[in-house]
Amino acid sequence: MSYIVEMLHITKDFPGIRANDDITLQIEEKSIHALLGENGAGKSTLMSILFGLYQPDGGSIRVRGKEVKISDPNVATSLGIGMVHQHFKLVHNFTVTENIILGMEPHKGPVIDIRSAENKVEEISKLYGLAVDPRAKIEDISVSMQQRVEILKMLFRDAEILIFDEPTAVLTPQEIHELMQIMRRLVEEGKTILLITHKLKEIKEVADVCTVLRRGKLVGTVPVADTDEERMAEMMVGRQVSFHVEKGPAKPGEELLRIENLNVKNVKGLLGVRNLSLSVRAGEVLGLCGIDGNGQTELVQAITGLTKIESGKIFLRNINIANLSIKERTDLGLGHIPEDRQKHGLVLDFTLGENFIIHNYYEKPFANWGILNKKAILENAERLIREFDVRSGQGAMTPARAMSGGNQQKAIVAREIDRSPDVFIVVQPTRGLDVGAIEYIHKRIIAERDRGKAILLVSLELDEIMDVSDRIAVIYNGEIVGIVDAAATTENELGLMMSGALRKMHTAPQAVHA
Amino acid sequence: MTTRREKIVLPLIAVLLGFVLGSLIVALTGRSPLAMYAAIVKGFSGIDILNGQPLNSRYIGEFIIQAMPIILTGLSFAFASRTGLFSIGAEGQLMIGSLSATTVALLVRAPTVIHLPLVLLAAILGGALWGAIPGFLKARYNVHEVVVTIMMNYIALHFNNFVILNIFGSVDRVKTAPFPATALLKSPFLESITRNSRLNWGFIPVILALLIFAFIINKTTFGYSLRAVGYNKEAARYAGMKVNRNIIASMAIAGAFAGLAGAVITVGTFNFGRVIQSAEGYGFDGIAVALVGGNEAFGILLAGMLFGGLKAAQPLMQSQGIPREIAGIIQASIVLFVAMKFGIKMVLDKFERKQAPTTEGDRV
Repeated sequence: MSYIVEMLHITKDFPGIRANDDITLQIEEKSIHALLGENGAGKSTLMSILFGLYQPDGGSIRVRGKEVKISDPNVATSLGIGMVHQHFKLVHNFTVTENIILGMEPHKGPVIDIRSAENKVEEISKLYGLAVDPRAKIEDISVSMQQRVEILKMLFRDAEILIFDEPTAVLTPQEIHELMQIMRRLVEEGKTILLITHKLKEIKEVADVCTVLRRGKLVGTVPVADTDEERMAEMMVGRQVSFHVEKGPAKPGEELLRIENLNVKNVKGLLGVRNLSLSVRAGEVLGLCGIDGNGQTELVQAITGLTKIESGKIFLRNINIANLSIKERTDLGLGHIPEDRQKHGLVLDFTLGENFIIHNYYEKPFANWGILNKKAILENAERLIREFDVRSGQGAMTPARAMSGGNQQKAIVAREIDRSPDVFIVVQPTRGLDVGAIEYIHKRIIAERDRGKAILLVSLELDEIMDVSDRIAVIYNGEIVGIVDAAATTENELGLMMSGALRKMHTAPQAVHA
Repeated sequence: MTTRREKIVLPLIAVLLGFVLGSLIVALTGRSPLAMYAAIVKGFSGIDILNGQPLNSRYIGEFIIQAMPIILTGLSFAFASRTGLFSIGAEGQLMIGSLSATTVALLVRAPTVIHLPLVLLAAILGGALWGAIPGFLKARYNVHEVVVTIMMNYIALHFNNFVILNIFGSVDRVKTAPFPATALLKSPFLESITRNSRLNWGFIPVILALLIFAFIINKTTFGYSLRAVGYNKEAARYAGMKVNRNIIASMAIAGAFAGLAGAVITVGTFNFGRVIQSAEGYGFDGIAVALVGGNEAFGILLAGMLFGGLKAAQPLMQSQGIPREIAGIIQASIVLFVAMKFGIKMVLDKFERKQAPTTEGDRV
């Protein structure tokens, strides 16, 4: 079999960091090749070089045996290389077809020939089993459908080599399964896929070959069939990793967070959270699981004060915080790892050091009489960077914008865990992180639990919910449809409740009060 | 390319390109670009290259006079800008500052040590109040500050003229009675060392304003929270900051800088309150100064002096037979090139990459 893409001895430097150091990647035609690595290992940089977004400082690229210079994404497109980005680039009030043809609209005289484009989109969609409606508007279709539109966009442009950048980060387990089938179908039809991920399960399920990067260097390329997950994890992290979260039994104490009959409107003006009651006790992790968009966001924003509630009560200890300001809630001991790291979590144009003090910038030691203490801010940043292994080019002075997504997430988690709040709302804490970092963050969350904090863990990752939680509440359509013991439940049972097919109250909230 | 280099190199290139474009236009009109540069050099220093005249401190004094108010309106725009607001209101805030200064200058009788600070304070407060109104409307009702500040400029203009004409009873329908000497920034000493230029003590509040700007923005917790709101309002809200209060405070402080500019003109350059026919462009000059100065105090100081010098050079250019508008075109094209910084950066990066293989060779 021949190599369709070869990246030979690629080197790329950024200020203060060598992102790629002599990396060689050879991809066989009609295969699924996984690129595995921790956050900041250099995966995205390498792919950006292949897609023409960056120029390498050293090394060469060959496509179909011929040496090429990919100076910009247009060159990559003409070579048949397409990329499905992690963040979709779609116009929301355009239809599927309009988005796909954007930039290369077929004409019939001066008029766009939308009809023939729609037919072509439908044809491609059928061929690969994508089941996309070419006439639907983007804003009306689900995230996984939007991702398929991105795939269609590449196929419409006759891409032969498809780069998927962390495609499953935004999908539910069911949708992930469907995507895997689509990927296999694409390969059957002669495409080549390059899958960037840090999820070993997915690599095991779908990839043929896996190349592992660590800290910008090539660790090795292995056939997936002969390599188990533990081995791949070890290659990626550089040491043995435990997949299981080590924790003793919870010792629940007094009730620290109690929600009573809460109603919250969503952005559409409808009730996103309906008559919801829930409580979390000191020394326990309550996991909240559900399919994305079932009221988790509204619930979290109501507790933390980012959204106004319609009715109901939220007690922190015995104080009703439902109508207090965010600041007052924080001062009472509420902490929050936000879902959207770039919208709420970070000020991207601030340095890492500045981001670390966002809650207490006005307090000692960071400020004295309203004047910032640069030295204390720097020391704080260096401590957190060390403790949580946040990787950044220029340490505390790195602009948050210049950091990789995973390291941005680590920075937020570091800042929030470090504050050690009594009631801790943790939303998707390990989103986009690799196994090594996940292991560490889970350990820290359990440590907080053992210090007697009440933790509400909201996550779309079922594994995470089941591993870390002591009790699990399932939210469906804005209501709690089940509360079960984490040790006694199964993925299947949770799945049924998440889809609204089953209701189960092992330990109803009322029972917990007693 | 590092951000530090970006902040210094890009504006310099923009300035250079602005002058190149200006020279081309002068050449197109059939005049010598050399004469234009001679006029500009003279505007800054009085040195006349063509006729061999030496340094003349009068010209230095006059160009500083031009620079002072636009440095302050530059600070005004930049301060709001750091909080994510686009304030066009410096012009109107300056007029209200000027009117407040006029009022205190005419109505209060006190020795200089009391009278002059009162005049400056009144201008600062007047400007701050005028700035706080669009800030409040933005924070409370989410009315866009660009629209409000533009309208507030018109209100300020006509309010100023109404008060000067009808309340202070302008004799010649142009200006008020002269202010008492106790209200003025004027200095016979400064005038004497600059050969009777209009240079006055106004530069002291300007320097203080520059220092205060840099101090608030970079060193204080207040500046930290303003910048947080400016960069990411949602993150600031998440962190529990009072976003709306910061917006109002920021607009008020921006107004204070512009108000002070009003005083510097009214009791420094002039000694009477004036009826203003139409906006005099201090506000827009301030935006240009802030953009070229990168919204940083030091950059604003340099950009303000550059544009002040260009303003001072205008009549000199005219006497060389070069249209005075050329100076305006240079200024505008500098701003244009600053706005095109991404394009300039791309060209620079390409250039750097071409140079790269030589250094690359050593490493591989």
